[in-house]
Amino acid sequence: MSRIENALRASTRRPLVMPFVTAGYPEIAATADLVRAMVGAGADMIEIGMPFSDPLADGPTIQAASEVALGNGMTIAGVLDIVRDLRAGPSLDAVPILLMGYCNPLFRYGLDRFALNAAAAGVDGLIVPDLPPEEAGEYREACAAAGLSTVFLMAPNTPDDRVRAVDAASTHFSYCVSVTGVTGARGSLAASTVEFLERVAGLAEKPFVVGFGVKSAEQVRVLGPHAAGIVVGSALIDAMRQSSDPTSAVAELVSELSEAARERGLREVD
Amino acid sequence: MNTGNDGRFGPFGGRYIPETLMPAVKKLEVAYRDALGDPEFAAELHLLLADYAGRPTPLYFASRLSEEVGARVWLKREDLLHTGAHKINNTIGQALLARRMGKKRVIAETGAGQHGVATATVAAKFGMDCVVYMGEEDVARQQLNVFRMELLGAKVVPVSSGSRTLKDATNEAIRDWVTNVDDTFYIIGSVVGPHPYPSMVRDFHTVIGEEVREQMRDLGEDDPALLVACVGGGSNAIGFFHTWIDKGPRLLGVEAAGCGVETDAHAATLTAGTPGVLHGARSLLLQDDDGQVQLAHSISAGLDYPGVGPEHAWLLETGRAQYVAITDAQAVAAFQRLSEIEGIIPALESAHAIAQLYVLAEKGELRVDDRVVVCLSGRGDKDVASMAAYLESRES
Ligand SMILES: Cc1ncc(COP(=O)(O)O)c(C=O)c1O
Repeated sequence: MSRIENALRASTRRPLVMPFVTAGYPEIAATADLVRAMVGAGADMIEIGMPFSDPLADGPTIQAASEVALGNGMTIAGVLDIVRDLRAGPSLDAVPILLMGYCNPLFRYGLDRFALNAAAAGVDGLIVPDLPPEEAGEYREACAAAGLSTVFLMAPNTPDDRVRAVDAASTHFSYCVSVTGVTGARGSLAASTVEFLERVAGLAEKPFVVGFGVKSAEQVRVLGPHAAGIVVGSALIDAMRQSSDPTSAVAELVSELSEAARERGLREVD
Repeated sequence: MNTGNDGRFGPFGGRYIPETLMPAVKKLEVAYRDALGDPEFAAELHLLLADYAGRPTPLYFASRLSEEVGARVWLKREDLLHTGAHKINNTIGQALLARRMGKKRVIAETGAGQHGVATATVAAKFGMDCVVYMGEEDVARQQLNVFRMELLGAKVVPVSSGSRTLKDATNEAIRDWVTNVDDTFYIIGSVVGPHPYPSMVRDFHTVIGEEVREQMRDLGEDDPALLVACVGGGSNAIGFFHTWIDKGPRLLGVEAAGCGVETDAHAATLTAGTPGVLHGARSLLLQDDDGQVQLAHSISAGLDYPGVGPEHAWLLETGRAQYVAITDAQAVAAFQRLSEIEGIIPALESAHAIAQLYVLAEKGELRVDDRVVVCLSGRGDKDVASMAAYLESRES
């Protein structure tokens, strides 16, 4: 059984905590340490963002992190090096690592070559927010051949038939965007987010996680009962930026989130 | 010839966009198809193009320019349109669609500010809220247009990310659209973006070429032998070319070579770009080996864009059109020369097309009886301040 399938099995008992970091932010050398710290703090799955010059699905926080990372010289090959480095140590053996990035750098690298190299480095799956299923034929073939899981996205305004199509295109699970909007921590979640997740639950055959705008343990408690996992990105980058010790700041927030995710009552089976 | 009705121009085009926008572009496509089949829509568009925008625009025989370059040169006077450039053809069309779809808020990106002004203008006319995203660098070099947009009641949002030009303004407009997709119509300013924009924006501009064909006939002339137009995103060029897309005149698109295509400061996407995805479509792109989009450079803000419409990439690949590039210095010289000999101050964008005539003349590629039509996409009032600064800095 794959790392992702294993992790998803745990999600029947509690929502998974899936922190996101931008590779190369605040420094290239920091990324692997941040990931290890997050795993140490209870992260169930890791998302590593591959920075892009034109991140049009991202809000100001991840835009700024991407600019810094590119300025530091982060590259696609460099992201794969980081994953290889992480897999060389013992603590991450079981933790799925997903890469999230825009399609252009992947096309430029070559989809087949990228999928093979990513899988060899220890990547488990890919999330490409500007590649809807309609444009993803070659990408899905390349990922399937390399054994990478494809994660497609849906949004609150995604109609029912498209929810089914996205669910079908995703290998193990899909990604629900909590709001119609870009990434970024928001003070409060839209009341309609839970409604959206309920609608997806009635249509999708595979599990799904939720992200975009999630930042607090309180929100984990609200969303936890309705999704297999919860992605937190901008809030972690904000926490790093506001702290003189980014690694501890990230570990602290991840452990708050994962404690909330482990509270009893978030799953009906409890 | 692939017309792009399915969103594809050979391997180019498509919809590389966040899922949130997929329902929006699909609805837009349906609404646009529906409008195309509605005679009332066509009638209203026609009336507004005539009475509000000032169509048809003249086809002017430029006698002194003709003499200087050694060919028979006509200028298609899009510069005489309301707001000063071809851009209004498209914004009227899209605003009518926005109204038809019940949208009360429109957004746009702008480089030179011409598309922003054309959008703010129709928003004022139709009573819609309007937000225009504009790179900080362009805000600085196109002050006149910023003021015009504000006068027209639009909110101009300076964009400080990335290269602070058109590319980044477009990113920001897309982010706004993702966030406000329910009530907002995104009026894209060129033949770029996800399907159906490249085909739809083209269709709104094909009136340029259609008029030229009729006007040449009225003059008792045969079809032109050569069409020349500047290419930023490519909307004036495609609207001009499309009448003859299957066969006929030689089609020549002129990009901005900035400081030279051999330098890293240019905007010659078709000349020097590689296949890639930007702003929702696969086309040619200025990018580095890692797939990061590179900064473009041109003295002309309207050409300062590292992407280009997918249909142009296809016309290049099939060989139906050719694309060349003109430097800042050549464009400035043409800007001055056309002003002096024809009494027409062209937009810096359009000056690139004029400059190409001099290049062709120098290479001996023009004959005195060649019928050449240049699309004069806009007027140069907006560029007077930056020209003055450029000339001053060159003298010092
Ligand atoms: C006068 C004028 N011509 C040309 C352009 C370039 O756009 P396109 O290539 O879409 O015609 C612009 C863009 O702002 C413009 O203002």
